[in-house]
Parts: sequence; C-alpha cells; structure tokens
Amino acid sequence: MSRLLERLFGRLPIGWLQLMHRRTRFIAALAGVAFANVLVFVQVSLMNSMSLATLRPYDFFQADIMISAQDANSLSEGGNVARQWMFQAMQDPEVTAGMGLMMANVSWPRVQKTLALTTFGVDPEQRGFLAPGIAEKVGLLQIRDTALLDRLSRGLPRDEAAAIRPQSPTRFEVSGKTLTISDTFAGGGGFGGDGFMIVSDQTFLDLFPARSSAAPDHILLQVAPGADPDRVVTRLRKIITDKAVRIRSYAAAKAEDLVYQQTKRPTGIIFGFGVLIGVLVGIVIVYQVLSADVADHLSEYATFKAMGYPRRFFLGVVFEEALILAFLGFFPGAIIGTAILTLMRKATTLPLTMTPGMAATVFLATLVTCVVSGAIATRRLSSADPADLF
Amino acid sequence: MAETDPIVIRGLNHWFGQGEARKQALFDINLSVAKGSLTVLVGPSGSGKTTLLTLMGCLRDVQDGSVRLLGHELMGAKLALIEALRRRTGVIFQAHNLHESLTAMQNVLMGLQVHGLRRTPQTEAAARHMLALLGLADRADYLPANLSGGQKQRVAVARALVGNPDVVLADEPTAALDREAGLAVVRMLKRLGQSRGTTTVMVTHDPRILDLADRIVEIDEGRLI
Repeated sequence: MSRLLERLFGRLPIGWLQLMHRRTRFIAALAGVAFANVLVFVQVSLMNSMSLATLRPYDFFQADIMISAQDANSLSEGGNVARQWMFQAMQDPEVTAGMGLMMANVSWPRVQKTLALTTFGVDPEQRGFLAPGIAEKVGLLQIRDTALLDRLSRGLPRDEAAAIRPQSPTRFEVSGKTLTISDTFAGGGGFGGDGFMIVSDQTFLDLFPARSSAAPDHILLQVAPGADPDRVVTRLRKIITDKAVRIRSYAAAKAEDLVYQQTKRPTGIIFGFGVLIGVLVGIVIVYQVLSADVADHLSEYATFKAMGYPRRFFLGVVFEEALILAFLGFFPGAIIGTAILTLMRKATTLPLTMTPGMAATVFLATLVTCVVSGAIATRRLSSADPADLF
Repeated sequence: MAETDPIVIRGLNHWFGQGEARKQALFDINLSVAKGSLTVLVGPSGSGKTTLLTLMGCLRDVQDGSVRLLGHELMGAKLALIEALRRRTGVIFQAHNLHESLTAMQNVLMGLQVHGLRRTPQTEAAARHMLALLGLADRADYLPANLSGGQKQRVAVARALVGNPDVVLADEPTAALDREAGLAVVRMLKRLGQSRGTTTVMVTHDPRILDLADRIVEIDEGRLI
C-alpha cells in the first residue's frame, strides 16, 4: 500500500504512514467515517424508497393528463373534481378517453395486524387506463364487491397472497360488506399505507356511500397517439376555467408529487435532515482526526518547512489523509449500510435498495466531506513555525 | 568582508515581544561568513546565538538591517524565495525533529524529496551512503522510536546533508552524541567545506569542536565581541 501510494503521489506517502503509525486512532477514525456513511446510506435509501413509493401508484395507471383539485399536491390529497370536466375535456379533438379515479383508505382487520390499504375505484370498462398486470385482471371487478389486492402488502404473508386466485378467493368484512379478493397484483407498501387495492367504481361507491360518482378524486385522460400532452394541457386550461382544478400532464403530476413529498412533507424533510446530519457527523469526525493529527505533528511539519517544503506539500499530506479516510471508511460503511437496508426492507417491504448510482453519490459525498474536513484542518498548519524548533 | 560571501549580515537588529514587553535580542550585528568555512558561534545562554542562526537560515523575518544569504537579501523576501533558499540550506536542530512515522531511510529521503527527487535506486543509494557515513547502515529501516538519542541525531545530520546544501546551520548538533560521534560529525562538515565549499555555521558549547573551527565568533547580550 505504501509503495502504491508513493507511486501515486510521487512522494513518500506521509499521510498514510502517519495514519498507520497510530493504528488504534486510525481504526477509530475509519469506524467513525463508516458510521457516518451508514447514516447517509440509510437516509438516502429511505429518501429514494420514498420516491419510489410515491411514484408506485402512478404506475398502476396509463394516462397522459390528470385533472385534480387545486389543493391536490399528491395522489392521496386534495378535494374532489367534478366529473363534468372530464366530459368537457373530451371535447378536445386530441383527447381520446377519460376515466374518473377515486381513492380512499380501507382497513382490513387481521389477527396479527390490521392492513391499511389505499383503495382505488376505477371503471372496469376502461382497461386501457390500467397498467399491464392489472388490466388483464380488471374484468373480475365487473362482479360487485370484488377487489384486486396488492400481493406485496406489508403484513400480508407471501404464501397467503400467492394462494389468492379467482378460483380460491379470500374475503373480509369492510363497512358491513363482504369484499371478495379475487386476484392480486404487484404493488408494494409505501409510507402512507401497507399496500393497495383496486375495486370497480361501483364497489367503491358501495364501500363509501358518501362519495359520488360525479366527483372523483382525479380525472385521467388519454390523448391520441402522437399528440403532445403538454399542448393539450394548454388547450384544456383555456376550456376549463375553473380555478379550483389543476390540469397537468401525468408526468408533471408525478414529478410535482415527488418534489412535494421530498420538500414539503415531514417524512421527506426528516430524511433530508438525516442525510445532512450524517454528512455533518462525517465532517466532525474527520476534522477531529485530521486536526489532532496535524497538532501531533506540528514540530515535524515545522522541520519540513525549515527544509524548504512549500505549503502545498502540507496541504497534500492533510488531503492525502482525508482521501484515505474517505476511501477506507466508505467500504465498511457500504457493507454495513447494505446489511441494515436488507433487514429494513424485509421488515417494511419498502423498496429500500442500494443502487450503484446511490452508492456512487454517497462515495462522492464522502470524498467531499473528507476534503472539506481536511480543508478546515489545514488552518492549524499555520501554527507550524520553524523558528519554534530552536 | 566580501560581499560575495554566502552569508553577509549588516546592521542587524532584532527584537522579541510587543509594546512594553518588547526586548532587543540582537544589536547592530555585522558579520560575513566565508564560503567553505566552519564558523562556530559561542556565547552564554540567551546571548542571541540561536536567534542569529535562525535569521541566517530564513527561519525568522528580518526586522531591521540586512541579511544576505547566498546572494539574496532576506529583508522583505517573498515566500517563494525563502523556500528556495531553505532548500539550499541544511539545518541541524538540537532536538533531532525526525518524523516519528518514517524510518531512518525515509527521513533521510525527505532531504532529497524536497528537491523534487522521487525515490529511485540512485536516491536510495545516496541516502544509504549518507547513513553509512554516519555509522547507521544497519539502522536504515528503523523508526526513530527504536533508535537511541545519538542515532536519531545522526539521522538528522544525514537528512540535512544528503541534499548537498550550500550552507549548513547547526544548533548544538553534537549535544546528544558521544565524543567520537560528535567529532566525526564535525569532521564531516569540515571535509564538506573543503571538498564542496559547503559553508557551516554552528552554535555549540562543546569545547572539543572549537579546535576544528576556522573561525570562532563570540556573542554576548546580543552583540558580537
């Protein structure tokens, strides 16, 4: 390692040799950097999983434009939209189809855990609005009080989910009605519920009698092949002048929901702060190690100054140490972080994964953190005065 | 006094402290050190020997007067010039100041690396040769913690001399050495003066060295006598 670094730097790897000389402190420093890495890994992964979980229900549907209430910052928030706007929108020559989408939460009381299911009410006739994997099963929903269940729901045993078939459905009571789950689809637990369920609009209205088919939560529109949804949106905004609704392309709605979750919702802000705290912990740990190391070697640095070594040499030594800590602290942090994420994923069914891109981002952040700490620590170098050696 | 001498000092005054505590350490020093000579600075403790030595080695800023080192004025000199002159000067400290994480060999190589010389078989051979001249051939791979005080001091001497400096400034270099080792070091400096023209200025209280000096400069209470 020493020879390798010597070739890399073109000089004796003083930083490496200094770190290795005090191994206990070095190992403690690496543990500190690894700990900071684990914090950042987990928080970044939670943020990422929140993004995935936020976008997941959008993927159940195939639409080009979404009309929502003005206060609908996310799929599950906001007031209702008058269905009349759907018919009005369909006046546009490039709008080919429309579907009202209703949403509510349903609880499935079970022995071990009550499942909170985000439930969508859809028109089974409009299978073109449903994603593959759901569309081919939506015909089952023509039968009243029938549902498709998210087989990845948190708290739902996998073998039990796998056993649900049209020929072997399962049933549960909700709002005094017996709901028959005839089949499943792949959803996945999110931060707002344990999983998802899809029912027909009629069944939805049976479950929630206070709701009206005239006022869905969102209106989904499809445009003709080749049509630009953004241009259609512009036209629709002129036709639909109601200030209480917002008309966006489906892609824009997804993107805005994601930004909202990350920057306005407490969970997003908390995860963001978690990342920040991890970075700050890393900076403090690496700064402590480097500044203590500089302080311990002031007389040696002063000697090198007396020999004619320029300031950049000392900066090089401190940054060399910072980079070594970043490199060697990252890998144990990544391994431990991945192990923790695996455990968390099994416990929560959240899409907690460490992608190569995320790992690369955290690694870059670690490098920047260590270099910033090194830059702060170099201020102590000015204390190395060769005149003090005499 | 020749203006071309490697060290030329004119009207040098130096103070320490500020305000009421300001105290003058050197008074109107005029001194010229000839090329290749071995000059010994003697005087009681606190007389200003080391202060004068550090001013010659551009380790302190010149406050008043003139110090010319290797033809360059140090008064108001820029950092780049100071660093360049330091590279042409070998400094031997009373405390060895070896780097604790580096072996004896690596410490000596630092004296070559400052000139931009990477570790090669040639630089390693030069460092080993210097260590061998100082009787440390078998200690090249030892860390300072595993060397005696005298051995550490000899490594520091090797580090100062391996880069063939034009000027050597030494502060009590033989204090940690026994009689034979101390004399060997001073004889080596003397030989370097004769063979390469290396100029040495040494602060010492060691009377054994005075016999080898080309010139003895006495200083007392900040004034040359």
